[in-house]
Amino acid sequence: MLSLGSGGGKSAKPSFVSYVTPEEINSEKDTPKEEKHPDLLPGEVVFCSASTVLKLTQDELSQRGTFGTLLCTNFRVSFISDEETGEETAPLFKNKLYGENDIPLSCVDNIYGGYEDKRKLVTGSQVKNKYPSKIIIHCKDLRVFQFALTFCKEEDAKRIFQGIVHHCLEPKSLKNIFAFSFCENTAFPEMQMQQRTMMFDSAEDWAQDLKRTKGSCRLVTENANFGLSPNLPQYFIVPESVSEADMTLFQGKGLPIWCWSHHSGCALFKTSNLPLQQEDNVPQSYMEKMLTAVAHNYLYSVKTEDLSDTLPTVQDIQLSYSKFKQFFFIDSTTDFWVSDMKWFSSLDNCGWLDIIRQCLQKAMEVVECLEKENNNVLIMEDGGSDLCCVISSLAQLMLDSYYRTLQGFQSLVQKEWVAGGHNFLDRCNQLHLKDKENVSPVFLLFLECVWQLLQQYGPAFQFSETYLTVLSDSIHVPVFSTFLFNSQHHRASILRQADSSHSQRGTLNCPTVWDWSVQFDCKAQQLFINPLYAEKPKLDKSMRRPHRPKHQRQLSLPSATFKTPPKKGFFKDETDSLKKILRVKRISRWMLSPDSPQPSSTSREFYEAWQRKPLDYHGLLLPCLDGPAVRIWMQRYLRWIQEVQIFGGGLVTVLSKVSDLLDEVQELQRQLDRHSSSLTSNHQRPRPRPISAETDSRLSVLLSSSFPFTTLKNNWSYKPAIPTGLLQSLMNSGNLADTEDDDQESLVRA
Amino acid sequence: FCRQCSPAMLMRRGPEKNSIFGDCIQTVFLCLFPDKDIIYICPFSGALKGKVFITNYRLYFKSSDADSAVMLNVPLGVICRVEKMGGASSRGENSYGLDITCKDMRNLRFALKQEGHSRRDIFEILFRYAFPVSHGLSLFAYLSQEKYEENGWNIYKPMEEFRRQGLPNDKWRISFINKSYELCDTYPTVLAVPYKATEEDLRKVATFRSRGRIPVLSWIHRENQAVIARCSQPLVGMSGKRNKDDERYLDLVREANGTSKLIIYDARPNVNAVANKATGGGYEGDEYQNAELIFLDIHNIHVMRESLKKLKDIVYPNVEESHWLSSLESTHWLEHIKLVLSGAIQVADKVSSGNSVVVHCSDGWDRTAQLTSLAMLMLDSHYRTLRGFQVLLEKEWISFGHKFASRIGHGDKNHADQDRSPIFVQFIDCVWQMTKQFPTAFEFNERLLLTILDHLYSCRFGTFLYNCESARDQHEVRLKTVSLWSLVNSSNDIYLNPFYTPESGRVLYPVASMRHLELWVSYYIRWNPRIRQQVGLHVGVHNVMHASTLSAY
Repeated sequence: MLSLGSGGGKSAKPSFVSYVTPEEINSEKDTPKEEKHPDLLPGEVVFCSASTVLKLTQDELSQRGTFGTLLCTNFRVSFISDEETGEETAPLFKNKLYGENDIPLSCVDNIYGGYEDKRKLVTGSQVKNKYPSKIIIHCKDLRVFQFALTFCKEEDAKRIFQGIVHHCLEPKSLKNIFAFSFCENTAFPEMQMQQRTMMFDSAEDWAQDLKRTKGSCRLVTENANFGLSPNLPQYFIVPESVSEADMTLFQGKGLPIWCWSHHSGCALFKTSNLPLQQEDNVPQSYMEKMLTAVAHNYLYSVKTEDLSDTLPTVQDIQLSYSKFKQFFFIDSTTDFWVSDMKWFSSLDNCGWLDIIRQCLQKAMEVVECLEKENNNVLIMEDGGSDLCCVISSLAQLMLDSYYRTLQGFQSLVQKEWVAGGHNFLDRCNQLHLKDKENVSPVFLLFLECVWQLLQQYGPAFQFSETYLTVLSDSIHVPVFSTFLFNSQHHRASILRQADSSHSQRGTLNCPTVWDWSVQFDCKAQQLFINPLYAEKPKLDKSMRRPHRPKHQRQLSLPSATFKTPPKKGFFKDETDSLKKILRVKRISRWMLSPDSPQPSSTSREFYEAWQRKPLDYHGLLLPCLDGPAVRIWMQRYLRWIQEVQIFGGGLVTVLSKVSDLLDEVQELQRQLDRHSSSLTSNHQRPRPRPISAETDSRLSVLLSSSFPFTTLKNNWSYKPAIPTGLLQSLMNSGNLADTEDDDQESLVRA
Repeated sequence: FCRQCSPAMLMRRGPEKNSIFGDCIQTVFLCLFPDKDIIYICPFSGALKGKVFITNYRLYFKSSDADSAVMLNVPLGVICRVEKMGGASSRGENSYGLDITCKDMRNLRFALKQEGHSRRDIFEILFRYAFPVSHGLSLFAYLSQEKYEENGWNIYKPMEEFRRQGLPNDKWRISFINKSYELCDTYPTVLAVPYKATEEDLRKVATFRSRGRIPVLSWIHRENQAVIARCSQPLVGMSGKRNKDDERYLDLVREANGTSKLIIYDARPNVNAVANKATGGGYEGDEYQNAELIFLDIHNIHVMRESLKKLKDIVYPNVEESHWLSSLESTHWLEHIKLVLSGAIQVADKVSSGNSVVVHCSDGWDRTAQLTSLAMLMLDSHYRTLRGFQVLLEKEWISFGHKFASRIGHGDKNHADQDRSPIFVQFIDCVWQMTKQFPTAFEFNERLLLTILDHLYSCRFGTFLYNCESARDQHEVRLKTVSLWSLVNSSNDIYLNPFYTPESGRVLYPVASMRHLELWVSYYIRWNPRIRQQVGLHVGVHNVMHASTLSAY
C-alpha cells in the first residue's frame, strides 16, 4: 500500500515558543512605563507587582502579547495593560468586581511554571529562589492566562511569582478571605431583589413554603439559637409526629427534614445517615420511629433511598470533574485540533456526563414515587447535605414550576443548599487547604443538571443559560456569604466573632450572591432573563395573592393501583404497614444499582407515559436521558476558546431576533392603542424588555456564540478556524478507504 | 398473483382513500388487507395488530388497538429491501412474516399467520411496487397527478442564475457547446467558461478530464471576481501524461481575475488520488504552473455508506445506552461531516480573499458537489433563502449530474449495489449543522431539510430522479412529473424560519470542530418516540408573541 503523508492542512507542532522582544512589539515605547494600579475595591490591598510582564495571547503560534503590569492583591491577580485601551465603549457585560484581566484568588485552579520547553505544576513548596520564565494560570471559570516574566527585572519576577503562588495556593484562614475586608469597608444597601428571594433564615419563609405546597408538617423554631443541635438549620420542618426529644437524640442525624409537599399530600424528606450500628439497638429503633413518622405524613407509605449506595461519592464527583475540566484548558491551536479528534471518547471516558445523567435519573425516580405512586420519599446519605441537596432540588425543579422562575430558583438554593447545610466552604476549598479530601464540585454538578433541563425545555425557565454560568462563576468570587460557610451555625459563629472584633461597625453584612447589583448593572442583569420564557397565562388579578405563587397542580398520571387510605388510629395497621415498608425498602424496584446503567423499565415507562402527553411548561418536566440528549454546557465550557467561537452565530442571534420582534410587537401595540382608545381598558401592563442590550441591530453582526462573555474587538477577523491534522484518526477506518475510488471500472473503459 | 385487486374491489375502496390519505396524491389501490391478521412488530410499542393497505405509492398501517394510535405511512420508495422471515414450520410467536429495510434509518417488521398464503401476496406486491424499475414499471412520479399552484420546474433557469451572478462578463462567457450533451453527457447544457477559451479548447480539455467533465464556473464573487470552478480528475495515468491544453485552460481560469496562484482542491485523500493513477486518473502535478494542489482528505462513497450503516446500528431501534459518545465517535459519521465542512470552509475562505479555486474529486459529482455547494452557501446569502436553496440544489447537484439514481437506487431491487451511498444526505446534514450554528441566517427551517430527504427517496416527485440532465431530458421528467419545489413553494410558510434575519454580503464560517458538531437527532433518530422533537424555540417565540398580544387586551 502506498503510504504518502497528507498533503494539506497539517501544520507542524511547535516544540517551543519563541518570544518577540519588547522592542519588536512596542517599538515606540522603549522606556518602561510607570507601574499602574487597578481601581482597587474597598478593603483591597496590593501585595506585590511587576512591570514589563508580557501577557501572551492564547495562541502560542501567533507569538503575540501585550506588555503591562502584573499585580497580586488580597482579592485578585490582576494584569494592567500598558497599551491605552482605545475603545471608549464599555463592555456590554462587565463585572463590577473584576475585569477580563483579573483573576480572583479563589478562582485560581492551578498554576504552572513554564521553563523553556517544559511545564511544571506549581504546588507551592518548591518555590524558593527559582522562578519560571512563564506563569500559566488555569482558572476555575476555565480561563487560561499566560504571563511571560522574561522581560521583568529579576527581583520583580521572583517577587510576583512567589506572591501569586503564596496567595493563591497556600492555606489561609477564613478571616483572611477578601469578603471580610471588603464588607468591613463597604455599605451595601438593602438588597432590592431579596424581597422576593426567600432566604429561609426565618420561620416565616419556611412557613410560607409549607403553606404554598399545602404541606402538613411541623415547623420547628426551637433551634433558632442552635439550642437543639448545631448540625440542624435554624428553622426546619419535620413530620408532625416527631418530638423534640427525637430531634436532639443523635445531634440531628437521622431526623427527616421536610423538603417539599406534593399536592396529593405525600412529601419529600431528606436525612443524614445515623452512625453505623452500635451495640445497643437504639439507632435501629430510632430509625424505625422516624420512618413511621414519615409514613404518617400521608397514607402510611414511605420509600427510602440511600444515595450513598446508588450514586457516585463526592470523591468520585471530584475525580471525574478534574478530568473533565482539563479538556477546556487549551494552550494552543495545535492542542485544540489534536484533542478535537478524540473529543467524544475523551468526554465519555471522564464520566462527567454520566454522573449528570445518574443524578437526573435518580431525581426522576424520586419524582415518580411522589407523582405517580404518591408515596412519601425519604432520601438519605452520610452527611445529608451533598447528593441529598442535588436530588431534592432537582426533583423540586421538575415538579414545581415556581422553582423555575428566577426568584423561585434562588429560593430553592437557599432552602436546600444554604439553609440545608451544604458545606460550601469545604467543598469549594475556599481556604486552599492542601488536604483536598473534602473538595468536590457538588453544587456545580447541580447547576449542570439544571442546565440540562434548561436546554431541553428552554421556555419552562425564567432564567437564562447566562444566569447559570454567572452563578457558577460566582462560587469562586470570595465576596458572597452564600458560598463561604459550611452551615448556618458555622456562619453565625464566624459572623459573631467578626462582629465582636469589629464592634464599632455593627454587624458585618456580607452580600449574598443573589444581590446581583454587586456584580452587574441593571442592563447586564437583563441577560439573566430568558426571553423565550413561556410565562404563565395570567389569571385575573383579583384571584391572585401577592408573594404566593400558586402551586402547580399537575394532573397525576394514571396510577396502576389506587390505594384506599387505611383507617387511622389503629395501631395494628400502622405496624403492619411499617413492617411492609421496612421489608420493601431494600428491594424497592426504583433503586438503581450503580453498575447497571440501564434505567429500570418502570422509570422508562413513567417517562414515556409522561412524554406522550402534551408538554406543559408549567407542569411536570422530565429530562430525556438518552445518549444524545445529555450535552456539554457549551457556554460555560467553551466561551473562552477562540477556535470554537461562531462569529455572527449561536443562540444569541436568536435571542436578539426575538427581542427585535418583541419591540416591533410593542410598537404595533402602541399604535393600536392610539387608534382604538375605546378598546383599551385598564388592564394594560408595561412589559419589561428582556434584553435591551442586544436590540441594537448594529451589534448583531458582532455577536458570537460566546456572548456575552467574550466581546469581539475591532480587530476581529473573519478568518475561519481550519482544522489541522484531520486524517490520522481516520487512517484505520478499514480497508474501504484504500479500496479504489468509485467508478473505477468504467474509467478504465474510457 | 393479485387476487385481491379486482376492479370491483378498487371501486369499493375508492371513496375511502381520501379519508385515509389526507394529501392529494392520486393513488390507485392495488391491494388491501382489511381483514387479514397482520401484526406490526413495533420496536417501541411491541406487537400491534392492525390493518395494512398497500398502494402503488405507499404502505400504510393502522393499529386496530384502540389505546395505541400507532400508524405507519411509508412511501414504497424508501424501501431498500424486503425479506421473508421464518418458514412454514417456524414456531414461536410472531416468528413468521416480513422484514423490511428502509433507506431512511428504520426497519419494519410484520408478523403474519402461516396459513392462507397471506405473506406470499404481500411480499410479491411489495417487491413489485417498491422496485418498479426492476420490474419494468414506471416510477410513481409518472403516475402521480398532483396539481400545485406553482410549477417548481421553473425555479431554476441557468441563464437567470448566471445573470444574477453578473455573468457573462468580459472574462467569462456562456457556452452552448454541450446543448445536445455531446461534450459531456453528465453536464448541463449551459456552461460558463473563460472568455478566452474557444470551443475547440473545450473539446481538447474534455479529452483529458474524466468523462469529459471539464473545469467550468460554478460561482463568481461579485467584488473580487474570484471563482469556484468544478471538474473531474485529469487523466494522468501511470505514465504521468500531460496535456498542454488542460494546463493552459486552467491558467485561463486563474488569469481571469488576476489570481497569482490557482488553488486546486482535490477532495480526496492523497493516497486515493495516487491510487487513481492506476486506472487512468490522477491529479494535477508540478507541470501546472501557477497552481497549487491541496488534498482535502474526504473519503469515498464506500466509506460514507459504511459509516452511516454503523450509525444506524447505534440509533435504531434503540439508542445505544452505554458509552454513547464513544459509540458515536466510532461510526466516524461526524468526523466525515467535519472533513466536508472544513474543506468547504477552505474553499470559501480562499475565494472570499480573492483567490480563484478549482474543486474536483474523481468524477466531480459527489465530493465536488458537496464542497462547491457548501462553499457557495457560506459565500452567497441568496442560497440561504428558501428559493435560493432550491436553485443551489438544482444547479450544483441536479444539473451537474450527481448520480441520484445510482446513489439512492430509485426503484431498484439491488439493495447491495456498491454504487449506493448517502452523499446527498451527508450534504444536507452539513447544511443542518450550519443552520444550527447560524440559527438566524437561513430563511428555511429544519422541516424543509426533512422534507427534501423524505422525497429524496419517495419517488413522488421527479426532482431527484435519474443521474443527469441528459437522462432527465430523455425521460421527459419535466413534462411528465411534478417537481418537489411545486409542493414546497405552494405552501412555503411551513418551511420558513421565524428567526431569519437577512444579512447580505456576509460570509458564514461554521466551526468545523467536534465541539460544535452534533448528531442530527431529529433526522437520524426521529422514529424513536422517546426523542422529543425539538420544538422549544418556536413554541417559545409563539408564547412571547402571544403573551404580549394578550397584554394589549
